[in-house]
Parts: sequence; structure tokens; C-alpha cells
Amino acid sequence: MKEQLKVLIVDDEPSILMSLEFLMRKEGFQVFIARDGAEALEIINRELPSIVLLDIMMPNVDGYEVCGFIKNDIKLQHIKVVFLSAKSKEADIEKGYSVGADLYVPKPFSTRNLMSRINALALGIATN
Amino acid sequence: MNSFGLIFTSLLYLAILFGIAYWAEKRAEKGKSMVTNPYIYALSLAVYCTAWTFYGSVGRAVSNGIDFLAVYIGPTLALPLSWMILRKIIRICKVQRITSIADFISSRYGKNATLGVLVTIVCIFGLLPYIAIQLKAISSSFLILSNADIDSNSGFFAKDLTLYIAIVLSIFTIIFGTRKIDSTERHEGMVTAIAAESIIKLLAFLTVGIFVTYIAFDGFADIFRKAYQVPNLKKVFVIEQEGGFSTWFWHTLLSMLAIIFLPRQFQVAVVENVNEKHLNKAMWLFPVYMFLINIFVFPIAFGGELLFPHGEVNPDNYVLAIPLKFNHKLMALLTYIGGFSAATSMMIVETIALSTMISNNLIMPVLLKNPKFQKRFEGNLSNLVNNIRRTAIVLIILLAYIYYKTVAEYYSLVSIGLVSFTAVAQFAPAIIGGIFWKGGTRLGALVGIIVGSVIWFFTLVLPSMIGAGIFPVSIMKEGLFGIYLLKPFEFLGLKGMDDISHGLFWSISLNAICYVFFSVRSKITSIEHNQAVIFVDIFSHSKFIETSTIWRGKAYIPDIRSLLVNFFGERRTDRVLRSFATRHHLNLEARHADPRLVSFAEKLLAGVVGTASARIMVSSVSKEEKISMDEVMDILKASRELMVSNKELRKKSLELEKTSEELREAYEILKRTDTLKDDFLATVAHEIRTPLTSIRALSEIIYDNPQMDREEMENFLSTVIKESERLSRLINQVLDLEKYASGKQKLSLEMADIHLVIEDSIEALNHQIKDKGLDLSCNFDRNIPKLEIDRDKLVQVVVNLISNAVKFCQPDYGEIQIVTHLDDAKVSLIVKDNGAGISQEYQKLIFDKFYQAENQTIKKPKGSGLGLAISKRIIELHHGEISVESRKGFGATFTVVLPVK
Repeated sequence: MKEQLKVLIVDDEPSILMSLEFLMRKEGFQVFIARDGAEALEIINRELPSIVLLDIMMPNVDGYEVCGFIKNDIKLQHIKVVFLSAKSKEADIEKGYSVGADLYVPKPFSTRNLMSRINALALGIATN
Repeated sequence: MNSFGLIFTSLLYLAILFGIAYWAEKRAEKGKSMVTNPYIYALSLAVYCTAWTFYGSVGRAVSNGIDFLAVYIGPTLALPLSWMILRKIIRICKVQRITSIADFISSRYGKNATLGVLVTIVCIFGLLPYIAIQLKAISSSFLILSNADIDSNSGFFAKDLTLYIAIVLSIFTIIFGTRKIDSTERHEGMVTAIAAESIIKLLAFLTVGIFVTYIAFDGFADIFRKAYQVPNLKKVFVIEQEGGFSTWFWHTLLSMLAIIFLPRQFQVAVVENVNEKHLNKAMWLFPVYMFLINIFVFPIAFGGELLFPHGEVNPDNYVLAIPLKFNHKLMALLTYIGGFSAATSMMIVETIALSTMISNNLIMPVLLKNPKFQKRFEGNLSNLVNNIRRTAIVLIILLAYIYYKTVAEYYSLVSIGLVSFTAVAQFAPAIIGGIFWKGGTRLGALVGIIVGSVIWFFTLVLPSMIGAGIFPVSIMKEGLFGIYLLKPFEFLGLKGMDDISHGLFWSISLNAICYVFFSVRSKITSIEHNQAVIFVDIFSHSKFIETSTIWRGKAYIPDIRSLLVNFFGERRTDRVLRSFATRHHLNLEARHADPRLVSFAEKLLAGVVGTASARIMVSSVSKEEKISMDEVMDILKASRELMVSNKELRKKSLELEKTSEELREAYEILKRTDTLKDDFLATVAHEIRTPLTSIRALSEIIYDNPQMDREEMENFLSTVIKESERLSRLINQVLDLEKYASGKQKLSLEMADIHLVIEDSIEALNHQIKDKGLDLSCNFDRNIPKLEIDRDKLVQVVVNLISNAVKFCQPDYGEIQIVTHLDDAKVSLIVKDNGAGISQEYQKLIFDKFYQAENQTIKKPKGSGLGLAISKRIIELHHGEISVESRKGFGATFTVVLPVK
């Protein structure tokens, strides 16, 4: 089941992409990469991933907009959105959830913790 | 009156009370709760009026005149004023699920168990006598009534009636105080019964008052005129001689504190409060109640003095003696029931409040710290808590009975009550300070309460023990150990105050001074700080009641769940968890519990076992985690050790060791530079998190995957090193910038040729420019004279400008031009490229050190770091200007203008 799940990672930092890509591949997900919001939207429409790991601060289109775009589109709103952001104040997290995120993980994150939460999300998708 | 009949009536009354409580709980189960009615809340506050009010006020009016009113004026003033204090305390208790005054103080000062123990002990010692005098009131009123026609059979029952009453009251209290265990610790049945008792005692007192005033005498005017003719009573009409006003002041203050800090008042006003708006009603209704219950005190006092002119009746008993004199047995019985209800309501609520403290703040924290014990009672904690409370209730009432039998016989009602008031007044500095001042600390509260209680004991309790013959009388006359300054009633030589005012003055002022002094002197821990902020700023925090997370760490959902099941049972636990999870989009199937869920569970438990115990329980099943720089260092160290075993990677390992060492040093410096401005710090913290995230994630991957492909591992490691370098560069820039901002950075000026500066800079970057295949051309104005400049600093600026140009130019197509020219005693230095360019909105931001404030979400082009902000400072120190012109996609032109002197 799990290997069929598509995960899109959106971040403009190559080193963070590097680590996330490794972690997702190791869990057996099919991984896609985008380096900014615009590229992310293109891939989302084309590949319909199940989970999107989304940075917030990016050039051009920011993460909130991408999330809003996903959650307001009836064809896309089932996609689970996980914010991964260095913005970690209460208000930022509130805002993340208010635009429809399914999970908000502040950076820096523990890889084990992140993976157990992603796996829980994936399990939810698989059992639905 | 027949004593069997009297016993029967007393028990019948208790049975009716029981019925009311039971009925209220049944109604609550059907959703028609009584306590949602604000009148019930206001009436329950009248638990303040005990047997002391009912019998003692008249006695005090006879001996001290209008003084008796002070302890009612205090609450009357306090309630409207306490809008500020009481409302805040109620909100805090709801958010933090606090269920007693001991819990409140313990929670405010870092959930500290020691403070909870201290407050509980002060309450027990302070209040036991107060409970005992209620028993005394019941028994003496019983004796007066049954003496009216005593028969030989009744002796046995009369003698031990108090004991039976005590037993029945214990049972009643156990049933309504500990029947269910709940995280709100509310007792609807009990509150309704107390409200009913408030009505009964008021009606009884008013009946006697009206009888005396309008039937025995001929109205207020008649009774006052007759009293005025009695020489002994004249003094009653004026406020007392010397020290009279000071007595008024201190007694009013004392009762203002008591109305909030007495455990029973805290129980009904705060813990049992279901709606903050009820305070609005209580604010005027409670003073009205106070007025009504006091209005006939003088008429009854005067009537008593006129009817019993030879002192044959103790004035404390006039309320009962007057109806008996006129042979109105039914009215005497009603009065007896009124006094009985005043005494029982106080005992019930006070005992419940004390038993909660004893179980949650005294016994559970001690037991829970013992792992053996925890194991033994696993799955059965809820019963344990209940049994501790039941035992505590029986013990308190039993101890009060013993105290009554041995000591209380010798003292009047009022004096013992005021001594108890002074004991609980010792919590005022820690509580009022705690909700308005973030600087109050655990040590301050601890020392303040200890010092205050010791003085209280010395000035108010010791004299009564001397009176009972436990200590020698010489202490009163010559002072403790014969030291003149240590006389209990003239502490440090202070004379001219009555004993209560004297004791209150010394205990509360030394308490407050110690609280402030030791708070200022002691260091605050992080949990104390968190609690301080939540308490003081409660109205801005309570919006996020459930999400006000201060906890980070690892815990497993099954563990948290089984903790809750202990107290709430399977069904309720699952229901509560499910609804919390839905509200916050959490997955309950996950193994790890979300921090919000953990702190939610802690708060639920706090409602049952107190905050300190809840904290102990939660930490026993979780591992608290602090994500710190040190931890990252440890991970780096671990991955380094891993690499040492691999010979080929040894060289890289040395590099890594070096950068991690540098990183540690830079971090230490940063830790010390605590004068940085807040928003700047926020920006920097945000900037630092990005490389830190990569370092942490990649290091953890390497650590968790020792078998991974070597090439990949090498790639990861070199990224870790690169990101570490980025981090230390960032930190160095921050420190640099701070030096400029604080004016510590000085220029070392010399006469130098600007063109040499440019050539040095190009030299430094030549390698990069060639690597990228860029074309660099210079056009210098040779008429420019030497300038007075700091050569090294200017090289730093030019290097920054050129390296930015290099970064944004396309490989092989990029062109960089450097131009200088002189006009109007100004030298211009221009660096122009044909790279990506900078859009209008960023042009304003790039020289700003706060360039990525937290509310921005669009990122500036990468890599510009803080270099331009530093360049701007350097140019400004040279009295010059730096600016940019650019269009997106058409390159950028940076211009530096320097003055010629």
C-alpha cells in the first residue's frame, strides 16, 4: 500500500530537501521535489500526491498560499498538508492550521518524531 | 424542651439538608442544574457567616460596641473591589484546573510540592480551632435549650450530643464531598444545600430580631432610648477610645482578605463557580445579605442587656435566651436550627476544602514520588484519592472535637475566629503578588509564608497556650527567653494595638517584606517563569486554554491514556481524548503523544490530584526533551565517533571537529550577548533554524543508518559541514553587526587610494570569477585623491558587493563592471552586474538587518545574509551612502558615495 503513496516535498533549501528526500524514500514513498510554490502547484496538479511537506517562507508563492490552493480545490482537498517551518510561534501555528494544514511541525524537527507522524498520516490515508 | 426532641429535630434538619443536596444532584444529572443560578452562587458565599456571626456578633456588640461591624464591612467592601482579584483567580483556576488555595500557590510558583505542603499545614493548624468553635456553639445552644426543662434521662445524650453531631456531619460531608471524583471538583448538591442553609440562618436571625424589636419592645427608637439610659451601654454608642480607628482599619483589612483566602470561601467563590458572570450578582447581593444579618444585632444586644440586667446570661446566648424568656418555644427552636445551620454549613465546606488539600497537596505528592507505591496502586488511584479524603474528613472533624473538648471551652467565639482569619491572611502576599507580579518566586513565597506563620503563632497562638497553662506566664510579661523585645503582645516594643491588629500588622508586613526581598534576590526557573506568565497575563492566555503548551518531550499515547483511565474510567477517558483529538486534528492511533495532548492530560489530572502531583505522574510516563544547541552538539559528536572508525573519512572528521568546535565557541558568545534587541533576536533565531534543521536532520539520519551507502554518507557529511560553516558565518555576522550597532566598532583611519582597495577585493575573488566564466571590467577615474578610510573595512564592503554580483550572474554570460568617478568633492564607486536583478519591494529591505521579520513569508533572494546590512554600517561610519538601482531580470547597480575631506 505504502509504496504507492506519492509525497511532494517543497522547500527552497537544498540541504533540507536532501534530508527529507532520503527519509521519505527510505519509508518507501514515491518522492517529488519542488523548490518554490509555483513549481509545487504545477506538480500537485499533475501528480496528485497524497501528502505535501510544505515550507512556508519561499520565493514568489509562499506555503500558506499553496496550502490554501489545495484546500479550496474540491479535487485536491483530500491531500494531507504538513507544514515544516522555522516559524514556531503560537500565532504562526494557529495560522497554519487555519489555512487548513493537517499537521504543523516546527523546524528544527526530530527525524524520528517527524517520521512517526508522517507514518500515522499515511496509515490514515491507507485505511480510508 | 425535651432533649430527645431536640436531637430528633437536629437529625431531621440534617436529613432535609441531605434531601436538598440529593435533589440538586439529580436535577443536575437531568441537565437542570441549580448552580447555573447566580442567586445560588451569591447565597453560598454567605457560608462566611458562621455560628460566630449568629451568636457571637451580639456578644461582641455588648462588650465592644460597634466594633463587631468591622468584619462585615471588610467583605462588603472586598466583593465589589475583588472584581479585579477574584475574577482573575477564578479564570486562572479554570484554565489550570486548580481546586484549592494550596494548589493555587503551589501551581503559581512552579508547581512546587513543598509550597503546597506548607499552605496545607498552615490551613489545618489555622482552621482547626475555628471548626472546633462551631461544635462548641452547637453544644452550648443545645444545653441552653434543653436546660429549659431538663430531665434525668437526658444527661447522657446531652453530654455527648456534640460527638454524635460530629459523626453525622462527617458522614454527610463524605457523601457529598467525595462521592464522585472529577477534574472540576465541583459539588452541586453541597452548594445547593449550603445556599439553603444561608436562607435558613438569615430567616431565623431576622425572626428573633423582629420579635425583640417590635414585640418585646416598641421599635428601634424605643429600644435605643431605653439602652441609652443604662450607663454601662453608653460606651457602645461611640467608637472606642484610643486605638479605635486602627482596630477598625486592621479588622476590616483582615476580613477583606478572609473573604477570599479562607479555604471554604475559596471553595464556594472560586472552585464551585460555574460562570464568571455570577460575580456580578454576588457583588451586590452578598453585601445586602451582610446588611440584613447585621441589622438586628444592636436591638438584640440592647434587648438582652435590658432583659437580663444582672449578667445571668452570657451575651453570646441572647439570641436563644430572649425567645425562651418569653416562653416562645417554637421560635427558640427555629433560632437553634438557624445557629445549627450556620455552624454545619461552615464545617461541611471547610472540611471538604481541607480534605482536598490534604489528599492533593500533602499526601499524593509524597506517595507518587515513591515508584514502589505507584506500582502497588496502579489502576486504583481514584479509589485511593477518595479514601484519603474520607479519612481526612473524619480526622479533621475528630480533631476539632478533641480541641473543643480540651481547649475551646475557655475562649469566646469571636476571638478564635479572628485568629484563624489572621492565619489565612498569610497567603495574601504570595497570591496577590503572584497574580500581578511576574517577579515573585518560589523562595519569596516560601520564606514569606513561613515568617508570617511563625509571627502569627508567636503573637496570637502562643498567648492562648500560655493561658491554658502549657507555657509559663513569664513569657507574656518578660518576653521569650526574657528578651524584652519578644513579648507576644508587644512585639519589638509595639504597644497600643489590640492583640489581633498587632499580630496581623507584624505577621503580614514581615511576610510581605520577605516575599518581595527573597523574590528579588532569587533566580527564577523556567517552569516558574512559565507559570508566572500564565497567571499574570491570564486574560491574554486563556484564549488558548488547551494549547498553551509549555511542555515538549516524548510520551506514548497508551501511557497517557492509562494514566487517565485510573481516574476517569475507560469510557470517559476515551470520550475526552477523542473530542480533544478532533478539535486539534490529532491522530490518536499514533504512538507518540502530541505535546498539546500531554499538557491537556496533565491539566485533567491536576483537577483530581493537584498540579504538583499531576506533574509527577505525567513525568513518570514521559521523557521531557529540550531541543538545545547542546543536543545538536552531541549528535555531531556521535556522528564524528562513528566516522573515526572509517579511515578514509578521518580527514573529513577532523574538519567536522574543527567546525563544530568553532560553532560551539560562537554559540557560547551568542549566549552571552543578551543585550540584543528582541525582534532582531527573533530574526536571527529564525535564520539560525534553517541550517540547524539540516544539521540536525542529516546527523540523525547518519546516526540512525550506519549501513548507508558510503558515497551518500560522505555527501551528507559534507553538507553538514557546509551548513555548520554557514551557521558560524551567520553568528559571526550577527556579532559584527551588534558591534556596529552598539558603537563599539571603531575605524582605524589612514590615507589610502580607493583603487588599491578595489584591486585587493578583486584579487580575493579572482578565483571565483574565473571559475564561473564571468567577465570583469574596470573603469577608474585617476583624479581621485587619497581618502581617509579604514582600508580593511572598505575591502570587506567591496568584496561583499562583488561576491553578490558573482552569485547572481549566470555562468559564462555574466558581466561585472566596476566604475569610479569624482564630482563635487564626492567619490562614487559603482558595482554593476547583468544578473537576476532585485525587484522593487526587496530593494528597500536588503540593507535592513531585520529584513526577514517574522510576519513576512516571502523570502528575499538567497545568500545575501547580513553582509549588506554590515556594509551599510561601515559606509555610514565613513559618512558616506550606499544605494541600489535595479530591475528584475536586468541586473543590479550598487553605488557607494564617499566624501572627500
